[in-house]
Amino acid sequence: MNLTCKEASRLMSSGLDKELSPAERTSLRLHLAICEACKRLEEQFRFLRRASSAYSGRDPDR
Amino acid sequence: MPIDISELETHRRALFKFAMLQLRDETHAEDVVQETLVAAIQGAERFAGGSSARTWLVGILKHKISDHFRKASREQPMSLSGDESSLEDFDVLFKDDGHFVDEPRVWSDPEDALTQSKFFEVLERCLEMLPKNTARVFTMREVMGIDTDEICKELSITATNCWVLLYRARMNLRSCLQQRWFGPAATPR
Repeated sequence: MNLTCKEASRLMSSGLDKELSPAERTSLRLHLAICEACKRLEEQFRFLRRASSAYSGRDPDR
Repeated sequence: MPIDISELETHRRALFKFAMLQLRDETHAEDVVQETLVAAIQGAERFAGGSSARTWLVGILKHKISDHFRKASREQPMSLSGDESSLEDFDVLFKDDGHFVDEPRVWSDPEDALTQSKFFEVLERCLEMLPKNTARVFTMREVMGIDTDEICKELSITATNCWVLLYRARMNLRSCLQQRWFGPAATPR
């Protein structure tokens, strides 16, 4: 099944919160293999996670 | 090594900010921070010293905020406005065929951003601009690291609602950071 970027973006987000089904994982992997924009989006979602956890550990006065 | 009680006070401001992002109410935020510091003083000898004092305090704050939500949702369940729980407004980001209208751009050196305090100010602004419930769920999930199941339970919302709010938060935050930090184009800051 071919995903659109819209569908892929939703799967990428839910993949950060729960385990995707094997079918979802496969179709997402196939989409990411051919879509640069979604690859960037995925990196940015992951970056948000790192930034948020760094934010919780830092001192706001520094 | 046990925690130095006089050090606890230095974390108050940071804890208050995290609490505000979730509660959006100064009195409630001050209350949970106060409860956190009191619990920390009472349990100071339980601090293992393995993690940082901040991590330990954030862990306590997490529980205090959860207690707050549990109490609040018994009194008044979280009400989601139609706007926040639907994804319709995201339709403008995508063309009819499901492609991006405006593709996510390359972010130059995101890791470097994590070393700059200015970046975290921008992130904070972006978090503050999110709709209330969206910010609450995102902060619980990503800043405090709570499982989605637990978030749904505590806020008495469905897994679908939770998922929609997290998607909404991530899409908004990435676009906010692109505009305000990484630049609409590769412009120097």
